[in-house]
Amino acid sequence: CCDIRSLEVEDKVISPEKAEEAKLKARYPNLGHKPGGSDLLRKRLQKGQKYFDSGDYNMAKAKIKNKQLPTAAPEKTEITGDHIPTPQDLPQRKPSLVASKLAG
Amino acid sequence: MAGAGGDMQWCLSQAKGSLDDDVTEADIISTLEFNHTGELLATGDKGGRIVIFQQEIENKRQPQYRSEYNVYSTFQSHEPEFDYLKSLEIEEKINKIRWIPQKNAAHFLLSTNDKTIKLWKISERDKRPEGYNLKEEDGRYRDPSTVTSLRVPVFRPMDLMVEASPRKVFANAHTYHINSVSVNSDNETYLSADDLRINLWHLEITDRSFNIVDIKPANMEELTEVITAAEFHPHQCNTFVYSSSKGTIRMCDMRASALCDKHSKMFEEPEDPSNRSFFSEIISSISDVKFSHSGRYMMTRDYLSVKIWDLNMESKPVETYQVHEYLRSKLCSLYENDCIFDKFECCWNGNDSMVMTGSYNNFFRMFDRDHRWDVTLEASRENSKPFQVIKPRKVCAGGKRKKDEISVDSLDFNKKILHTAWHPQDSIIVVATTNNLYIFQDKMN
Repeated sequence: CCDIRSLEVEDKVISPEKAEEAKLKARYPNLGHKPGGSDLLRKRLQKGQKYFDSGDYNMAKAKIKNKQLPTAAPEKTEITGDHIPTPQDLPQRKPSLVASKLAG
Repeated sequence: MAGAGGDMQWCLSQAKGSLDDDVTEADIISTLEFNHTGELLATGDKGGRIVIFQQEIENKRQPQYRSEYNVYSTFQSHEPEFDYLKSLEIEEKINKIRWIPQKNAAHFLLSTNDKTIKLWKISERDKRPEGYNLKEEDGRYRDPSTVTSLRVPVFRPMDLMVEASPRKVFANAHTYHINSVSVNSDNETYLSADDLRINLWHLEITDRSFNIVDIKPANMEELTEVITAAEFHPHQCNTFVYSSSKGTIRMCDMRASALCDKHSKMFEEPEDPSNRSFFSEIISSISDVKFSHSGRYMMTRDYLSVKIWDLNMESKPVETYQVHEYLRSKLCSLYENDCIFDKFECCWNGNDSMVMTGSYNNFFRMFDRDHRWDVTLEASRENSKPFQVIKPRKVCAGGKRKKDEISVDSLDFNKKILHTAWHPQDSIIVVATTNNLYIFQDKMN
C-alpha cells in the first residue's frame, strides 16, 4: 500500500511555472492549447487601432487635439469687416509641435 | 576604464524629464542610443521626436572628472500617418535610432517608426554670411536704387546653431512593423527587420531594397514564430543574426546566397520537455540581441534572463544571468496585465566585461561577467541625491522580508525600465524610465 506522506511530497514539487499555468487555466478554461501559436502571433502582427476610414481617423485625431489644448487662446480678436487683414494682424498660429520635456 | 563591477560606485549625475505623475503619452521614451564615441546620446519617444544630448566634460585631465549631457538638438523625426489601404494608423513612435559612424563634421543617424526609416543629418552652423549688397541683415530686400557702393560679403561668427535635416527617406518596404535597424560595418549598407522579413538597403539608395530573409509562411495559419530583433556583426560585413519569438537566434552569411532563409548557424538552448508550460514559449521570446564589441559573443534578453552566447557554440549559452527569477511565480498575473509581453533591451559596457538590463519598479540590473557579481539598482529621484553613491536594492521573493528589501507584491509593474545604454568608453550609464532619463556616473571613474 502506498505511503500517504510520499504523495504529499510529490504535490509540493510542482514548478512555480506550472502552478501559475494551473491558475490561468482555472480562470480562463477556454484558453487555447497553442499559446505561442498563430492566434497570439497574428494579433501581434496586426497591432494598431483600426479605423473605419480616413475620415474616421481624422475626426478622432481632431478630437484628441482639441482635448490637449484647453487653453486654446481667447486671442481671437475679431478682425472681420474693418479692413483687409495683414499677416501682422492675424493671431499667431500656435505651434502644433509640442517640444519634448527631456529638452526642457 | 573601470575595474570590477563590485568596485563601482554609481552616482546620479543628471535626471531629465517631467516630474509630473501624469505621463503624457508622447513623452514615453521608446529608444536610446549612444553614438560611437559616446559624445552624443540620442533618445526617441512615442511622439515621434528625437532629442540629442551632447557630453560636456569638466576638468577632463583630472582623474575624477564630471561630465554632463546637455541638449544639442531636438526635432520631429516622424509624424503619424494613416494607411488608407488597411484603415490602420501608423504610429509616429520611434522604434530605433542607430548612428552612422562619423565621416565628416556632420553627424548622421537612422531613425525608424513602424514603417519608414529616415536618414537624418545633424550639422553645426557657427558662421553666417553678412554684408550682402541687395539684402538687409534681417533678409528684407534693399531698393537697388539706394545702393551706391559695393562690398564683399564676409562670414562672421554667430551663436552655434545645430540643424537637423532629413536627407533620405526609405519607405514602403515593410508590410509588418519594423523592430530593428542595424548599420553594416561596411558603412554603406544597413538592414531593417520587421516581424517576418529582413531587408538590405544601401544608405544612398531609397527606391530599392533587397529582401534577404522571409519567414512568412504560404498559409498564415501555419505561422509559428516571428522575428523579434536583428543585428549585423560588428566586424564581419557578411554576417548578421536575427532572433525569434521562440527563443532561437539564427546567424546568416550573405555570401552563401541572395536569400538567407537558410541559416548558417542556429543558436538554441534545449528545453526540458517536462518543464514545459503554457508560458514557456512566451517567456523564451527574445526581446533583444546585441553583439559584443569584440564580435566574439552575442547577448540575448528573454523575459526572465540574459544569456551570453559564444558564436562558436550553438548548443547552449556560455553564461545565463537571472534578471528577476522571482517573477516566475507571478506569470499568471503578468500574462493578464500583458506585462509578460514587455520587451526589455540589454547592453554591453565598452570592454564587454559587464552587461546591463532593466526590470520593473524602475530597477535595473548589472552583471559582471569576469567576477560573477551582480547588482540591482534603482532609477529614482527620491532615493538618489546628486553625487551620492546609490544603494543596491534587493527584492524579497518570499518568506521573511528583511529591512530595506522590497517584496515582489509591492513592485510597481507600471514602472518599467526597457531601455538602457552604456557609454562606449567612459563609466557612464543611461537608464530610461517611462518618461525620464537618468544618467549615472561611476565615482571612481
